[in-house]
This record gives sequence, structure tokens and C-alpha cells, in this order.
Amino acid sequence: MANMSLIKNPMPTQDPLVRKNNFDEVATGYSEEAAIDEAMRCLSCKHMPCVQGCPMKIRIPEFIQKIKECDFEGAYQIIAQSSSLPAVCGRVCPQETQCEAKCVRGIKGESVGIGRLERFVADWHNAHNTGDIVRPEPNGHKVAVVGSGPAGLTCAGDLAKKGYAVTVFEALHLTGGVLVYGIPEFRLPKAIVQKEIDLLKALGVDIQTNVVIGKTLTIDELFESGYEAVFIGSGAGLPKFLGIPGETLKGVYSANEFLTRNNLMKAYKSNSTTPIMRAKKVAVVGGGNVAMDAARTALRLGAEEVSIVYRRTLEELPARKEEVEHAMEEGIDFKLLHNPVEILGYNNPEDRRDPMNGFVTGIKCLKCELGEPDEKGRRRPVDIPGSEFVIDADCVIIAIGTTSNPLIKDTTKGLDVNSRGGIIVDEETGKTSKDSVYAGGDVVTGAATVILAMGAGKSAAKAIDEQLNTK
Amino acid sequence: MYKIVNKKILNPTVTMIDVEAPLVAAKAQPGQFIILRVDEEGERIPLTVAGYDRQAGTVKVIYQIVGATTAALNQKEAGDYIQDFVGPLGKETKIEGLKKVCMVGGGVGCSIALPIAQKLHEMGCEVHSIIGFRTKELVILEDEFRACSDKFTLMTDDGSHGRQGVVTLPLKEAIEAGENYDEVITIGPLIMMKFVVATTKPYNVPTTVSMCPIMIDGTGMCGGCRLTVGGCTKFACVDGPDFNGFEVDFDEAISRGAMYKDFERHAYEETCNLFNKEVK
Repeated sequence: MANMSLIKNPMPTQDPLVRKNNFDEVATGYSEEAAIDEAMRCLSCKHMPCVQGCPMKIRIPEFIQKIKECDFEGAYQIIAQSSSLPAVCGRVCPQETQCEAKCVRGIKGESVGIGRLERFVADWHNAHNTGDIVRPEPNGHKVAVVGSGPAGLTCAGDLAKKGYAVTVFEALHLTGGVLVYGIPEFRLPKAIVQKEIDLLKALGVDIQTNVVIGKTLTIDELFESGYEAVFIGSGAGLPKFLGIPGETLKGVYSANEFLTRNNLMKAYKSNSTTPIMRAKKVAVVGGGNVAMDAARTALRLGAEEVSIVYRRTLEELPARKEEVEHAMEEGIDFKLLHNPVEILGYNNPEDRRDPMNGFVTGIKCLKCELGEPDEKGRRRPVDIPGSEFVIDADCVIIAIGTTSNPLIKDTTKGLDVNSRGGIIVDEETGKTSKDSVYAGGDVVTGAATVILAMGAGKSAAKAIDEQLNTK
Repeated sequence: MYKIVNKKILNPTVTMIDVEAPLVAAKAQPGQFIILRVDEEGERIPLTVAGYDRQAGTVKVIYQIVGATTAALNQKEAGDYIQDFVGPLGKETKIEGLKKVCMVGGGVGCSIALPIAQKLHEMGCEVHSIIGFRTKELVILEDEFRACSDKFTLMTDDGSHGRQGVVTLPLKEAIEAGENYDEVITIGPLIMMKFVVATTKPYNVPTTVSMCPIMIDGTGMCGGCRLTVGGCTKFACVDGPDFNGFEVDFDEAISRGAMYKDFERHAYEETCNLFNKEVK
């Protein structure tokens, strides 16, 4: 008998007043009882609309059926056939625009909490599994993967399971890409990422950190040293800035820098040797997940006032719904329909050596209203003349996306890129213009989501397998 | 882990190490840099390549003990290991076609200028070197510079060795005396490079500067190393570290370089106290 409750089982979370002072995970996860109760809300639709909404095509009704039967390991095995990072996806996927958007229960009431169930299953497996991994029989083929973020890890995992000798090259000193340097601990504990990486290593994947492809080694050199195919999942590139005055003042960060200092370099820990500004009033420009992460990180570093400055309204805000809700609960101030025009800095004309000179004091904004839709169909913000005012801030974080990284395209002949510098690929296979080179994730699409990158890594792994197996 | 195979103290605050890193050694070129971490909790710091031995697979870096990380690095001896060492990063210094160059180095920046001077010398370019230090006991690489320079001038602020004065003094004299340099390449403290540019600009002598702003990843991801060059935002890690000196906004770079001054001083003092305790 289905559970006909119109709302999802609530996700237990740390109290907002407590969690805003710590970096522990915000959402603590379903109990077995809550998971089973939530699973009972699934109607096991024959036409499985939810699966169509999942970039990894996880067989969602089947794994939920296993939860209903209290067979949590069985549920995990079904997910694992499609996704190599379920504990990650269950936490960071924008389910409300993917699987859950298609859920029949969502027509009247809330959809089934598919993401929460996925997370429950993955966590249950991680807590109970015995760690026995059967290494697949080697098939004699060598593949190189560039970047150890979600695209690279997925591609590497899928190929390793088929017996390929896979080497992952990572530029940083730690494995995980954006899962490690970008997404904060309170949203995605690094121990979970590490567990997924350990799993890949157990499958025989070789991970080489501190190797920058395009610098330390080139793509062509990878082929020379015996790799038969290369997957490029090197991620997004340099941060974009607004192009307004004051962006080089002290206290202005790109979100990438702010989050890297905190997440990768652990600047939030008292013994860290990497500095980070512990500002009192922080303004974050942008409305995506990265902006939410930066704002909530600033809050946890001790800021008293943190605002999100965004040009459109809540409706257009691209961040995952749960992150926006969590941010609001924690007291982040959403300054919507605000267009920043200048970042202001301290300047003491009397004393050029005043140590405060050149530090941020505020951000000047114009208020906006929504005008006609742009080419993407989003209503364009229009400045209201004379509405200028200043938000006080001693730190401004710019989180408006990234442009492409030049290192690989500059050193790889025959690799075509588009006008924005993204690598051009065949959407089905991830095949690039260069023979035996595949690409996927942010390096192709520009800043997007973890799950889209994983989907691209998966398609490329399939295409690489088809290419090398027919050799 | 990366092994320190050789360590040499050049002066009380400057040390040279050779680190075993075959992949980096195979590719490194003058003007490029590496990023290292001393230990598992360490910060990432950029250091410019001071030399390389492709056969031995080692990379030479020279560092000044200025903060917590360089102090921790200096605790390591030959035979010890450091946690991470990645590179070569940034673009190499462009020197093709140059026939006559003046190298202007200041302090520890001379260690970066040296491999460029040596390469210019090897390719038959006429090299004039002007290197400057605060005082005699801080002088490094004097013999090495002499060996690869057609003209060599050493300056100290206090006149305790070589000529007394700043590096821009002999540079201006040389330009005014009609030395027609194809290019001036300068590496040293920001304030020195700013004044070198101020010296060469009136004569329109092309001047390349090597920038070393605050960096984290060094691969074009974080954007921390941004500079304003010719009115545009540039990233030292992927667009540089060399830039046209006439276009660099030095005042901004100097200001941004001081962002973590308090934190760094505090961290340095703590590290020193820690090492002193260990010694006791």
C-alpha cells in the first residue's frame, strides 16, 4: 500500500543556529524507517518518467523497490550499475530539475525524495560493506584520464570495471577535483569523496597527482607513452570577473579562490598555514551553487552579515533549491534584483602607508527590474536609474562562472575548441576532433553540474570501450 | 614525495636546493615556476625555476626565508623529502632572436634571472648584467653571473661590495651611453621592477618583468594571481609570469601582495617559535 502523504519525509538537518558555526555536514540523512516510509511514496510507475530525468539513467523505481523490501544492499547494487558516485550525487545533484521534476507524485504534492533515498542507500552501503572488491581481468588496453573530478572519476571507474589499465592525472596534490576544492565540507564531507576514490584505487585505477597535462606532459606525449585513448575531464577554467572598477582591491576574491583556500587548503582550521580573510561583512555576487557555497562558508568563518547579490529574482536563481533554503535558514540575506556597478575601497589620502589602504569597504549597486526575455528565455534585468546605493562589505566574492582553461588547448594540435574555448565534442560519445581523444564535463560545457560531468564521463567510457574493443 | 638531493646555503636568508622531479626537470625552461608543499598540512607556494639537470632529473630552486613555509622548507636537509612539487608552470621567457639584452636582477630575484642570462649567453646574445643587493653578505651568484655576462655590474645599497647605489643607476647610464638593448629583462622586488620600467620607458627600451603574485593552484583555476596589464585582467600563472613591464599596474600588484601581511608575520613567528622549541 503506497504512502499517499503529499510531502516528503523531512531531511533531518543540524539546527541552523548551530550549523552556521561549524563545517560539519548540514543534512544528516534519513533513518532506515524514514527511508522505507519515503520509498513507500513511490508508485513504481511502469513508464518510469524519473529515469528519463537522470543523466546517469539510474533505474530509480527498481532501487526504491529494494528499499521497500528492506534490501538496502540490493538497492545499492542497482544504483552502482549506473553510477559510480551515489553518495556524492545523492548530496549534490539538482534533483528538483532532474529525476524529481518528472516524478508523478510531484503533480499533486511533492515528488518522491529520490535524492535523499539515493544518499541513504549509498551511506548504508558505505557503513556496512565489507570492502571486498573483485579486480576485473585486465584486457590489455591502456587509457589516460585527465582530471580527477566527477567526469574523470566516472570515466576511470567505468573503464576499470571493464578491465582497462587506467591512469588518472591530477594537477593538484589531492584527488577529487571540484568535489575537493570546490564543494565545502558541510555539503559534501571529504571522507565520502575519499571513500569513492579508494574504491577506484581498489579497482586498480592508478592516480598520479601533481601532473599538469598541458604542462608537465602533453596529450601527444600520453599517446607516445602507450595510452591508446585519452579522456579530458580537466574541468572549468579561470574565474570570470564582472569587469567593474575595484575588482583588484584587497578583499575581493573569486569564489574559486575563496573556496579553494577553505576546502582544499583547509584555511578554516586553526592550524592551517594557508591564509583566508575572516571578514565581518561579506557580499557574494552570483546566484549559483558556487555562490551559495561561498556565502555559507563566509558565514562559518565568522562573518556577521553575508549577502547574496543577484541581478534577477528567486525564480531565476540557478542554485539547487535545498541550498537556497539552507542559506536562508542560516540567515544569508538575499539582495535580489541588485546589479553591482563598482567595488569601493579604503583610501587615506593623508597617509599612503595606512595599512587599510586598498582594502574593500563596500559594493555599489543599482536596483533592477525584470524586462524582456533574453535569447535563453530568461527575463533580462534592467537597471532602475537613480537607484544607486552601497552595501557595506569588507570582503566581496565574485561567483559568476568561469571561462575555459588554456593549458590543454594551447598544447594539443588538432583539438578544436569553440569561441568560448570549450572543447568541441560529439554529444553522444564525447569524441573530440582529435583521434582517440574524448572530453566531457565543464571543459566542454563550461561551469555546469557534477551529474552532467558524470554523465559525460560515462558516455565517453562507453565510446572508448567500443573503439578499443573493435581494434 | 620529492627528494631534496642537494642543499646549499647561499647567504643567511637564501638557500638553494635541487629536488628530484624527473617530469618537471625534463620540461622546465627559464622563466617558468613550480609549486611546492613542504608537508601534508602545508600551503602551496610558487617558486621560480633557478635551473635544471635533465639527465639527473633534478630541478633547482632558490628561496628566501620570508615566511612560515620557507622557514619550514629550510628545516629540510639533503636526503629529506617534501610532500609535493608540481610544474613546470607558466610560460617560459621569450628570448628568441635577441642580440643584446640587459638583465637586471635584485636580491633573490637574481636566481631567476641567472638561467635566462645563461641561456641568452649560450645562444650568442650579448648579455649585460646588473645585479643589486642590500649589502655584501646578501650577495648571491656573483661568479655565475660574471661567467655569462659580457658586461657585469654589481650594486649594493650601502656600497659594501661593488658599486654603491640602486640598479637603475648603471642601467640609465648604459642606455644614455648609447647601449642599444633589444630588451631589458628584470626580475626582483616589485618596487625595483617598477623603477626599472620607469627608467627604460622614456627611452622606449622594451622591458620584460617577471611577476610572482600570491597563487594557489598555479594552473589557471583560482584567479588569485590576477594582475592588471594594459588595462586588462591577466593571470600570472597561465598568461605569465613574464609581462610587458610598460603595461603592468605595479602599484596595484604591490598593494595586493600585502593582503595577508599580518597573517604571514604571525604564521612566521609561530613557525620560528616552534622550531626554536624543537632545538631546545
